[in-house]
Amino acid sequence: MADLLFHQLLIPLGYIVAIVLPLVLAVAMFVYWERKVIGWMHVRMGPNKIGPLGLLQAFADVVKLLIKEVILPDRANKFLYYLAPLLALVPALAAWAVVPFSSKMVLSNANAGVLYLLAMTSLAVYGIVIAGWASNSRYALLGAMRSAAQVISYELAMGLCLVCVLVLAGSLNLTDIVNAQAGSKGLFDWFWLPLLPVFVIYFIAGVAETNRAPFDVAEGESEIVAGFHVEYSGSAFALFFLAEYANMILVSFLAAILFMGGWLSPLQGWVHADAPGWINWIWTGGFAWLFIKAFLFAFMFLWFRATFPRYRYDQIMRLGWKVLIPIAIVWVLVAGCMKYFGWVSIGMGA
Amino acid sequence: MNPQLFQLICFYAFGFVTVAAALAVITLRNTVHAVLALVLTFFSTACLWMLAEAEFLALALIVVYVGAVMVLFLFVVMMLDIDQEKMREGFVKFLPVGLVVAVVMLVEMLGLIGVRAMHAQLMGADPAAVAGLSNTAWLGMALYTKYLLPFEVAALILTVGVVAAVALTLRQRVASRYASASEQVKVKPGDRVRIVKMAATLPVEESPVPQQESKS
Repeated sequence: MADLLFHQLLIPLGYIVAIVLPLVLAVAMFVYWERKVIGWMHVRMGPNKIGPLGLLQAFADVVKLLIKEVILPDRANKFLYYLAPLLALVPALAAWAVVPFSSKMVLSNANAGVLYLLAMTSLAVYGIVIAGWASNSRYALLGAMRSAAQVISYELAMGLCLVCVLVLAGSLNLTDIVNAQAGSKGLFDWFWLPLLPVFVIYFIAGVAETNRAPFDVAEGESEIVAGFHVEYSGSAFALFFLAEYANMILVSFLAAILFMGGWLSPLQGWVHADAPGWINWIWTGGFAWLFIKAFLFAFMFLWFRATFPRYRYDQIMRLGWKVLIPIAIVWVLVAGCMKYFGWVSIGMGA
Repeated sequence: MNPQLFQLICFYAFGFVTVAAALAVITLRNTVHAVLALVLTFFSTACLWMLAEAEFLALALIVVYVGAVMVLFLFVVMMLDIDQEKMREGFVKFLPVGLVVAVVMLVEMLGLIGVRAMHAQLMGADPAAVAGLSNTAWLGMALYTKYLLPFEVAALILTVGVVAAVALTLRQRVASRYASASEQVKVKPGDRVRIVKMAATLPVEESPVPQQESKS
């Protein structure tokens, strides 16, 4: 009994903590990095007062947020108002269960991993919609409406992109998808090359799904103050913040896993050298590569924010429905032909 | 505690949540709460299916119904301005109709379960397990080989439904004004902005004029 409890409960719980704790820390450092990068792009310094190089700024902000009062707006729906931040955060964290960090490091090696990811990311919209409605505020409701329409539209494009990937990989399991990208032609074995348009669409849809600039009409500071979370303060706001950034990091990891070979090395098959383990990963692959790739994608989120002006709402809808979805549908057919006629050698190996 | 017992406990827990949420759907006064209870019903049903190792159906239920259909439903209900008092009227009036529907559905369900129970030995083992595939892979194989035509027909019917819905609701309003995207894209800077060359400094005589204007 005690043995079973240990194996069934405590070990998975340990794994969960081992994923969530670094994730929360990564979110804190990512916020710091965002402010620093955007500062540099604006020719400013960014945060540089608290701690060495301003590194402790994020933790100071967290403490400040946590000791603030959570204000309940007048005639707001109390239960749903407090439930909404949790509904935003839980799917954002739950999705990490199936993300593989290297060939052996995965919490749940589920067969239907991609489907599970789709299910979890599609749940995230509830937090936003309920927050907007329960706040009893016009700005919040407007933000929730915009966000729901946008997330549902771009989910379709994202789903079609995932279909292309799993047609080539022949599996819904994320570890198998990465292994299908293994080969001897370095980074040209990865799915980004045959699925280049889909890769671009996936990342655009990912940016839109997380309501980030240039698709941040849900928050739209200059139009509707802060959108769905305008009434939230203190720790409730912190939860929304955490969910948004956890989702951004998730999209970055998924872009790396699905299209850029996950933990595989871009030098795979090119270098055959026998070196000690701490150098060997550079050409044999390891979780460090996954983190490097994910970091580059996460950086692009910040780069976009500092570069592009916000899309207008009707432009977002036109881009999603009239450009991205048709291209993705065509590429599903192309991917099917690639697989059926064997036009590309990738996805067949491993 | 063996795994079977744990599974059984999970089954009853999810089953209880499903039934409780389903009851909440029809008893809650607040329509938004009722919709959210329906979402919970779907979600815990998906959990039940997951326990039965029908992972594809479970996740598809979450993606399609919870993630898309119910969001739109919630959306509509939030926008509606429903008179709560008026909604409570007519319970007794509609009770007989509701009872008849409920009884018919109950009889149908029991009949179906009875028929299935009689043919239990004919159904055989889980075909996915027999084929040595995961539930999702087997379902994909079956849908795209054995049941390809029904599957495509179902997709076609759904598409017709979408087209019909659009055709019914699409009205060209005369008063609506919209910007043509292709015209917007074709615009060149010269069409909108005129660049005027002028001297870097104003002549000395004219300089008091703008200053006076700024003071007023």
